[in-house]
Amino acid sequence: MLVSVCAMSDTADPQATKRRSWLAIAPFAAFAALAILFLFRLGAGDPGKLPSALIGRPAPLISLPPIEGLTGPKGAVPGLDAAAFKGNVTIVNVFASWCVPCHDEAPLFTQLARDSRIRVVGINYKDAADNARRFLGRYGNPYSAVGVDASGRAAIEWGVYGVPETFIVGRDGLIAFKLVGPLTEDNIDSIMRVEIDRALKKG
Amino acid sequence: MIPELGHYALILALAVAIVQSIVPLVGARTGDAVLMDVGTKTAFAQFLLIAFSFGALTYAYANSDFSLATVFENSHSMMPAIYKFTSLWGNHEGSMLLWVLILAAFGALVAAFGANVPTSLKATVLAVQSWIAGLFYLFILLTSNPFARLDPAPLQGRDLNPILQDMGLAIHPPLLYVGYVGFSISFSFAVAALIEGRIDAAWARWVRPWVLLAWIFLTLGIAMGSYWAYYTLGWGGWWFWDPVENASFMPWLAGTALLHSALVMEKREALKVWTILLAILTFSLSLIGTFIVRSGVLTSVHAFASDPARGVFILVILFLLIGGALALFAWRAPALKQGGLFAPISREGALVLNNLLLSTACATVFVGTLYPIALEATTGAKISVGAPFFNSTFAPLFVPLLIAMPFGPLLSWKRGDLRAAAQRLTAAFVIGVAGLIAAFAIEGKPVVALCAVGLAFFVIAGSVFELIERTGLFRASFSIAARRAAGLPRSVWGTVFGHLGLGVTLLGIVCESAWSVEQIGAYKPGATIPLAGYELKFTGLSKRDGPNYQEQVATFDVSENGRSIGVMEPSKRTFAARSMGVSQAALMSRGASQLYLSLGDVNPDSTTTVRAYYKPVVLLIWIGGLIMALGGSLSLSDRRLRVGSPKLARNRAATQPAS
Repeated sequence: MLVSVCAMSDTADPQATKRRSWLAIAPFAAFAALAILFLFRLGAGDPGKLPSALIGRPAPLISLPPIEGLTGPKGAVPGLDAAAFKGNVTIVNVFASWCVPCHDEAPLFTQLARDSRIRVVGINYKDAADNARRFLGRYGNPYSAVGVDASGRAAIEWGVYGVPETFIVGRDGLIAFKLVGPLTEDNIDSIMRVEIDRALKKG
Repeated sequence: MIPELGHYALILALAVAIVQSIVPLVGARTGDAVLMDVGTKTAFAQFLLIAFSFGALTYAYANSDFSLATVFENSHSMMPAIYKFTSLWGNHEGSMLLWVLILAAFGALVAAFGANVPTSLKATVLAVQSWIAGLFYLFILLTSNPFARLDPAPLQGRDLNPILQDMGLAIHPPLLYVGYVGFSISFSFAVAALIEGRIDAAWARWVRPWVLLAWIFLTLGIAMGSYWAYYTLGWGGWWFWDPVENASFMPWLAGTALLHSALVMEKREALKVWTILLAILTFSLSLIGTFIVRSGVLTSVHAFASDPARGVFILVILFLLIGGALALFAWRAPALKQGGLFAPISREGALVLNNLLLSTACATVFVGTLYPIALEATTGAKISVGAPFFNSTFAPLFVPLLIAMPFGPLLSWKRGDLRAAAQRLTAAFVIGVAGLIAAFAIEGKPVVALCAVGLAFFVIAGSVFELIERTGLFRASFSIAARRAAGLPRSVWGTVFGHLGLGVTLLGIVCESAWSVEQIGAYKPGATIPLAGYELKFTGLSKRDGPNYQEQVATFDVSENGRSIGVMEPSKRTFAARSMGVSQAALMSRGASQLYLSLGDVNPDSTTTVRAYYKPVVLLIWIGGLIMALGGSLSLSDRRLRVGSPKLARNRAATQPAS
């Protein structure tokens, strides 16, 4: 900028004029580069999508207690047993009754749970047992097991940014995929089912 | 029916804007006075149509007409009337309508008060202004229609985001938008000057009031936004270097530079090309700010529900407006006539230094804001650039700026005497050192903060000093000095207050950052929290009902030296419609300092997490902003800017046909 300021004070020198016309193009060139960058980023999808350091790592071996008084058709719904990950493809949904998007995604988990090839389990994050039971009573309980994480410690182990989040754990007990944010009509088929199939194929 | 009329008015405004973007321009090229005059009338028509459209949407919000999608998504029938009104711009669609309302209002203002501007320049300015307006009307109509209906109409709305249910929403966005959009005028003037191929000192005189007006509002908008964040977000921070804050700060830095370079251009016919470029860049930065918030390119606490389709549209608008203006600049600027010469040590030289530092600071913020995007685009790595980067790059640029600031007004035009200026600032320097020593006596450390306090006092004293110098206070009798003060041009007062305000803000920032006291703990009712000489006694928790929320209120008796001085009641509100909670901080001002209490969770052992802060002279941060805006207003009311030079301008227009 200093150069252009100085250049402004000298006049007729043809070399200076030439230099000035180059300088005059510079702002446009800079902006063009910026516009290309923006265009590039617009196509890159959601900037809120966060990478997970845990993908490919074993799922945390933490067992969680069941929700008090929660019963299903087969009696009391058990807590989360870390050993049960081995041998099954498991969908782990972190949810809470106070989380608004969780209300929206709850019916979609009921749909997912109809798939008998997979297990759907829940981690009830920082919630009151009464509210959690009411939540599951209202939308139907898609989870074959629900672990209570009252303190939020387990969520830290799982590397949860916020609720809702959903993990796919493969038969080998490794975390195969993580969805940050709610399951929606849009991503259930395009992302979730695709990732489930991939995890199932992996053996 | 009324929303449909509003929608229709918006479509009509687009049609009028298309006329205005072509006809006056043709008139200006061919010298046809009738065609040129069309622009004035269409500018009024646009304003009336958009005002009608805005009124129609206001009506829908005020009456909780949930058949409109935006009303349904952002309003609730139980909301207090003021929030029903402000929720209009608490969302993307409505805020865009507010944006174009202000744009149309500025267009009408140019049409009304541009009588002293040569007709052809005025016609071109109005045409350029209408290009901007037309593109944004099209954007609203095609991607963000605020009048979209829902069928069947829901019975109840989803409520406004609780964080936005605050007086801050009534004040902050309109101020900020007037600032952002106000810079469109200087942009239009710059583009028009490039089209006309002629710029001179008179151009700067016409543009400066508009720049000042936008700058005043942007200053107020940023200050208000900062105070809002401070009392709402619950941990006492007032600036976060968040991408969207930066998006408002960059036009402010560029606009401040523009304000000063236009001064050089007006007085000395120098820095002309640079001023034109700054005028383009300032509004471009405002536009990029709009783009960043709404496109979803960056994440931020301010992000609107983002939509890539909108992002692409805004990007096209950006490309047409900014790209077009800069291409025009590249083509026409080298041919513009050069300005006058000046020595490095002079008023002009000082203002060049100011521009250099401000534009570098602006570039720094720009790099810091966009670096994460660029890095992710090239390497895929995800990082965020936060306060440490900005603090360590921004401060080294602002410190020399602040040191140099009191010198500027004391140097004379063309050739100044630095030593004489330094001698005249001796008193200010002594006051700065005294401030440093006083801070040392009170707080002791850290050294950096002590020096910064000294600098703040130097800036404040240096700003006032010019006034003392010019009125002869302490030398002449008080009545003579008062008479001289009254006789000083308002622009002198404007400079004094503008610079003074910055010093005051600096003082607030330094003291708050260095010497805030913080006490976080879990307490039971009955507990007493000692805090910086005050005692906060937690007397109990109670429940209260608000119009559309329930709140849990903690009551604290505040006492100083055993004497009770009041009650503070921080609370946590739960909004049923969104089942979302908001913490409501309690503030108590003690002079310019504040006590700040914010509630956390109620723990299983029936204790409540309480965050208590003592923030020394924190209010100075925003009082400084108000003083800066006052300075701007004084400058704006200066006689020279109001009167202009109509005769001269008319003669010029007559003798110099448009090229």
